[in-house]
Parts: sequence; structure tokens; C-alpha cells
Amino acid sequence: MLQPDVNGPTGDGALLQVRGVTLQYRTPERRVTATYRVDFDIHPGERLVLLGPSGCGKSTLLKAIAGFIRPVEGSIHLRGAPVTRPGPDRMMVFQEFDQLLPWKTVRHNVTYPMRCNGVSAEEANQRAERVIESVNLSGFIDSYPHTLSGGMKQRVAIARAMAMRPQILLMDEPFAALDALTRRKMQEELVALWEAVGFTLIFVTHSIEEAVLVGSRVVVLSPHPGQVCAEINVDHLGGPNSSGEEFQNACRRIHDLLFPAAGEA
Amino acid sequence: MGSIDVKQAGGPRSVAPPVKRQDFTRKVVPVSEIGTIEVPLPWTQRMWNSSLVRRGLILLILAVVWEAYGRWLDNPLSFPTLSETLGSLWTDVANGTIPERLQVTLRILLMGYGLGILLAAVLTTLAVSTRFATDLLSTLTAMFNPMPAIALLPLALLWFGLGVPSLIFVIVHSVLWAVALNTHAGFLSVSNTLRMAGQTFGLRGLRFVTGILIPAAFPAILSGLKIGWAFAWRTLVAAELVFGVSAGQGGLGWYIFEKRNLLETSGVFAGLITVMIVGLFVEGVIFQTIERLTVRRWGMHGG
Repeated sequence: MLQPDVNGPTGDGALLQVRGVTLQYRTPERRVTATYRVDFDIHPGERLVLLGPSGCGKSTLLKAIAGFIRPVEGSIHLRGAPVTRPGPDRMMVFQEFDQLLPWKTVRHNVTYPMRCNGVSAEEANQRAERVIESVNLSGFIDSYPHTLSGGMKQRVAIARAMAMRPQILLMDEPFAALDALTRRKMQEELVALWEAVGFTLIFVTHSIEEAVLVGSRVVVLSPHPGQVCAEINVDHLGGPNSSGEEFQNACRRIHDLLFPAAGEA
Repeated sequence: MGSIDVKQAGGPRSVAPPVKRQDFTRKVVPVSEIGTIEVPLPWTQRMWNSSLVRRGLILLILAVVWEAYGRWLDNPLSFPTLSETLGSLWTDVANGTIPERLQVTLRILLMGYGLGILLAAVLTTLAVSTRFATDLLSTLTAMFNPMPAIALLPLALLWFGLGVPSLIFVIVHSVLWAVALNTHAGFLSVSNTLRMAGQTFGLRGLRFVTGILIPAAFPAILSGLKIGWAFAWRTLVAAELVFGVSAGQGGLGWYIFEKRNLLETSGVFAGLITVMIVGLFVEGVIFQTIERLTVRRWGMHGG
């Protein structure tokens, strides 16, 4: 397939700008380039999905946005300021269930980051109760994480991140370790939550269906090393009409972008 | 990918396709017609299931054997009976001798224990921040951890003289390495996800150590504290036995030594029982309670 005209991101009105970001990580034996000159923008209120096959560097990219990794080339700007280190304005939800602090109850897991950042105890508690209610865990507010199921732990992690009211919510395959039924439910809940509260989300996944269900816009990354090969609007294809033709078409289109050889064979 | 190649998959199937069987539904017997579903066990069995009862019984048997052997031997100088031992234990507890000695011992112990933990905290905090300090800590623990604290006593006497500072020196030595080693291992085993989560909260430096690393490594820290306590307690009693009295105030080890000199063997046994009871109390009550309130409640006791 010929490379179509690249209409790169313009940067107008963007909340986060990623420009020419090349990321590398080291193993004891070699230095690996994970992504190569990646550009994209995210605008306020978007649900941007970074989609790509395993090993395309999408998680590494998210960690760079979170500030855990420095790009070897290019820049990441949040509202014009360069991202240099992790911070509460980019709260992250991880894939692993052990991201909650096991020594704190659900309530205190949610209030703790707020308390670390100067939110008053009263305000933190109010916000925590509201946000825990919105992820349907009010009955477990004083439970310890080890008594919760995997799906519930992920909901707490989402609640914890949302309560901080970050500029951007980062999610690194948060539902990947869940069983299929729970995963589907959580995807729908996440979109419903977005509709109710409104936040800006960057969501990493390797599942095309999940990308189309959860996202409003999908950044398709090529296999290793990851480069942006397309950006596609998929808003309002998920939800109740997720089995509709449009949904299927979007999935097929993304599939063909990811696996061009399969279309020709 | 095409259909599976039958030959590669191991030739034609060796089991014939299943015969189609009939569906059916049937009625289950209502619970009320089955009769009793749960029956409490007889009280004798329930008692026997309690480890407290079983251990109590063992203690009772040991007590009877002791008493019987003591009476048969009839030599209070080498092996007093249980009743004689309990008698002198009671007398010395009642007249305040044992509580006073115990207090001396525990005060020194707590000072040494506290100082040891403080030094361990400083060492491990440094060790998580710089690589040089990590190497320093692992080298020092490798060198000093296998060294019995009591072996340092002659040196301590030379440096600090006969008295409390020498005792504290050996206790610090016995606590420091065990606690530092365990705490450091605990810090290293804190999961990367938890570390990253803490960093997104904006925690750095000392706040990161106290807010994330210490609680996350608490199971390891607690086991270090337990080992440190056990070392310190054994070391202190032994050290007191060796040079005991300081400024007219001896501890529990000195009490045992004194009783031997007076040939009051039942007093020696009473002292030993006190050592045992204190050890059991700290390990079985204090540390158990801390464990129940922390790592067990948090579901972190698996590892």
C-alpha cells in the first residue's frame, strides 16, 4: 500500500503534544528502539486510544507521557510545558492489580494521592465518596484491596485516578488481565463514566474491538518499532450499537491498517 | 492458516464421534425432606481441635514429669522440683526482685533495640538512594551478620568498660544487621507498579520512602524486627551472665548468676522461666498483635 498523504497533527488547541518522539530502552545486552518519531495530539475531552500489536512500544509511549521515560529524540508538551517527570496531573491506571496500596482501605487508597497533593481531608473524603459511588463500589468503601476481585480493584484504581482530577487520565491496558465478561462490562462502564463526568483519556490496548468500543479516536501504531500509521475517528461506534455495521467496518479498516499483508493474500 | 492437517495432527481420530444423547430434567429433593444438613461436632472433638488445648495438655504432662522426676531424684541442689521452682519464682516476684531485675534488663534492651533500628533505618534509606551505599550495606551485612554478638563482648569491655554502654553496643550489633538486611530486601522486592503509582502521586525522596516503600516492605521489615528482637534478647541475657552487674544494678542474667553462686538452684530455674516467659510474651503476644493489625489485615502475609 502506498503511503497516503500524511496530515500530521497541527497542534491547535491540543492539550498534549507528542512530537517526533523516539523512545529506547536498554536490556543488559542491547539498546532497543521502541517507537520511532511518533507525533500525535490529544485535545481536551477526547478518548484517545493508542492501538498496536504487542511490542510496538505503545506502553513505553504511555510511560513517556507519564514522565517515567525520557525520549531520546522529540518532545512531549502538556499545555505547552515539557513533561519531565511523573506527576499527579497525569494519573495512571496500570494493568496490574497490585497498583493499589494494600495497607489502605478503598477509601484511603482514593484519598491518599489527594492528601499528598494538598487537598484538605474533608474535601478528599467527599470527592472519594462521590467517585467511589460512580464506580459502584460504595458497599466496599472500607474494605481492604485484598478482599476485592480483579475487576473491583481496577475500578478502585480508576476511581483513585479520577478523584485527582488530572489533566489527562492514562490507562495502560487496564482491563487486559480481566476475564472476558468483566472486561466487556468495564469497557461500557468506562465510556458511561466519561459521558457522566467528562475527562481526557489516553488508553493503550492491543485489542481492535476494545479500541473502537472505548475510544473516540484511535492512533494506529505499526509493529516494532512503533510509528503512527493512521489516526481514525471512532466516536459513538461503541455502546448499544457495538454490533452494528459501522462498528464492524471500523474494526475491519483498522485491522487492514495493522495487517496490510493479510488484505492482499 | 488453513484447516488442520489430519496426518500432521497424528492420523485419523482414534475415538469415534460422540453418540447424541437425550436431554432430561428432573426434580431435586427439597431441603426440608433431606433432614439435618449441619450437625455440630461433639464438644470433646471441638476442644481437641483447638491447638491451645492440645499444647496446654503437653505443658501439663511436662509439669507432671518434672515434678515426679524432681521428687524421685530428691536433690534440690542440682534439680529442684517444679513446686520449689514456682515457689521461689513467686517469692521473688512478690518481693519485687524479679520485676526489678527484669526492668533493668528491658530498659537496656529497649535502648539498644531502638538505637539498632534507628541505625538500620539510616543505612537502608541511604542504600536505596545511592548505589555506593547499597554496596556498603551489603558488604557490611555480609561481614557482620554471621558474627555472634557475644563474641564482640571482650572488645566492647575494652572500649566502653564494664557497664551499660558495652551491653548496648552488643545489642546494637545483634539488631542492626538483621533489621537492615531484611528491610533492604523488602525495599528491593516492592513491585515496580507500586513504585510507579507512588511516583504519579508526586511522591519523591523521603516521602516516597515513608509513604510507599516502608509500608509496602512492612512484612519483610517486621520479620527483620522479630529476628532482631530474638538476637537481642538472647545476647543481652548471655552478656549479663558474663559480666552482669553494673553500678550495683544487675539484670535478669545477673540474677541467674547470683542464684547459682548462692546455690539456690530453684532460683536459677525461676530466672530461666522468667527469660522464657518474656520471650514468649514478646513473640507470641506483642509481635503476633502487630502482625494481626498490619500484614494480616492487609492480606500481605503470603510471602
